[in-house]
Amino acid sequence: MALCCPKPKGNLMSLDETAVRRIARLARIRVDDAEVVTLRGELNAILGYVEQLNEVDVTGVEPLSGGAQMAMRLRDDVVTDGNIAEQILANAPDRAGMFFAVPKVVE
Amino acid sequence: MSLTDLTIAEAAAGLASRKFSAVELTAAHNDAVAALNPRLNAYITTTPEHALAQAAAADAAIAAGAAGAAGPLTGIPLAIKDLFCTAGVRTTAASKILDPFVPPYESTVTAQLLAAGAVFLGKANLDEFAMGSSNITSGYGPVENPWKREGSDAKLVPGGSSGGSAAAVAARIAMGATGTDTGGSIRQPASFTGLAGIKPTYGRCSRYGIIAFASSLDQAGPLARTVEDCAILLGAMSGFDARDSTSAERKVPDFRAAAARGVKGMRIGIPAEYRMEGMSAEIDALWQKGIGWLREAGAEMVDISLPHTKYGLPVYYIVAPAEASSNLARYDGVRFGARVDGEDLIDMYERTRAAGFGAEVKRRIMIGTYVLSAGYYDAYYLKAQKIRALILRDFTEAFAKVDAILTPTAPSAAFGIGEKMDDPVTMYLNDVFTVPSNLAGIPAMSVPAGLSSEGLPLGLQVIGRHFDEETVFAVAAAIERAADFTAKPSIIAGGAK
Repeated sequence: MALCCPKPKGNLMSLDETAVRRIARLARIRVDDAEVVTLRGELNAILGYVEQLNEVDVTGVEPLSGGAQMAMRLRDDVVTDGNIAEQILANAPDRAGMFFAVPKVVE
Repeated sequence: MSLTDLTIAEAAAGLASRKFSAVELTAAHNDAVAALNPRLNAYITTTPEHALAQAAAADAAIAAGAAGAAGPLTGIPLAIKDLFCTAGVRTTAASKILDPFVPPYESTVTAQLLAAGAVFLGKANLDEFAMGSSNITSGYGPVENPWKREGSDAKLVPGGSSGGSAAAVAARIAMGATGTDTGGSIRQPASFTGLAGIKPTYGRCSRYGIIAFASSLDQAGPLARTVEDCAILLGAMSGFDARDSTSAERKVPDFRAAAARGVKGMRIGIPAEYRMEGMSAEIDALWQKGIGWLREAGAEMVDISLPHTKYGLPVYYIVAPAEASSNLARYDGVRFGARVDGEDLIDMYERTRAAGFGAEVKRRIMIGTYVLSAGYYDAYYLKAQKIRALILRDFTEAFAKVDAILTPTAPSAAFGIGEKMDDPVTMYLNDVFTVPSNLAGIPAMSVPAGLSSEGLPLGLQVIGRHFDEETVFAVAAAIERAADFTAKPSIIAGGAK
């Protein structure tokens, strides 16, 4: 394995500017035109790098989702805390009484 | 010897025998922090008065002291990575989006350290949301590595993401520190700063109250100046916690005793795939030295193969961003953190996240969003999870033949601030040796083993079976004894080396 940086091969996984804007929209991150150009290059470099995974035959392999070598633990379905509204609201950028406040959603 | 130069084990003995007080020990560290932190930027927030109050309480506990009544860390001043929530003390994850955040609760790991008597000097700098290998992505400025190349004053990175933790302990402005390790974030900075650092088995330390990056990979662990100090810290940090659904219901072993075990008769695996084209010759030479040391100490070396090693990094750069994009969805300017007003709710979200996140965090959120999006999930995320299973299988097969695995920690020594910045993938390659253990969930430790030709520290990595940190500590301690690493950094409390 070489410690170098594989460049994207072909256009198979290459993102265009429209795709970058679509991803930014899905991620709820505002991007300007200059950022779209930079991000396109950087994201394509990363996608080009991970493309080597296509070499691996994964026929019959079960996906591994986590590092814990154990079954998920179940807990009793009981209330363990509560009545801490002030603590929960303490870091709110804006609040209205005992509620988080946001810009108007419904006219 | 000055108080800031002691190991945790030495300081605990000194406190117990009343050679000095916890207040004296903490005051010495507060002074050192005040003198060096403006230059190193190892702490984002310092809490000197809080620390002195905790130290006074430690002195009271020692004075009241039926033997053993005080905890194992009573009066020991530590740095806490600013990714651990600390009740009433600002916690930023080194992100401007959390700049105003003051947690109303304490993480389990820090609560356990406090219960063991520890003193917190402040919150250590890191790469933003722990995403990075250099500490350059911090929203609060880079950290300077206290080590210098011989004959050069160039500022080097301390590694990352636990770069502030590492720089603080190396410069003797903390006796030990907490870190977190998602792809190498404890081990790589430990290697870059001449420290010991362990990422324990996934599930060993509770993730409750640690700001999440990639939940299936994140693990807390300690950085310290000796293997024994790491064992003491990890003992206090570990244990079952019902508030973390992946916390392991297992007894915490005596790690300190394990570190003293020795390696006679052990079988140590040397994986062929970690000898990489382009790796520096001195890293390879150090690895050979480590092999020699363990053989002399009575271990048997076994050539092994971990055939999917080269796919570890690309798998990581799908899995970690995918989980990050999901975890970081919560930063929307509504419940906590910074907000930038917009024309409507969506505009407010988009402006808040554009202003609050740095470039690396945005890149990773967007990669994660893409690989999880409709039409791409199977090709990227599911495929990566299947190869993750093959990486675990490599280790499982290897551990049928060996007790532990020895590798280099990182492919190079610390590099300059501003180097390796040309594209994201170059920076990612720092983690090539550390990422596979996170993907497999197994414990791995970096231990200082020597200096590069430029006088910079280099670490070796010991990897163990699930929940067998004891063997990892035993092997790391054997390397530590043989390496006899006594070099000190240029920038250090109490003056130059």
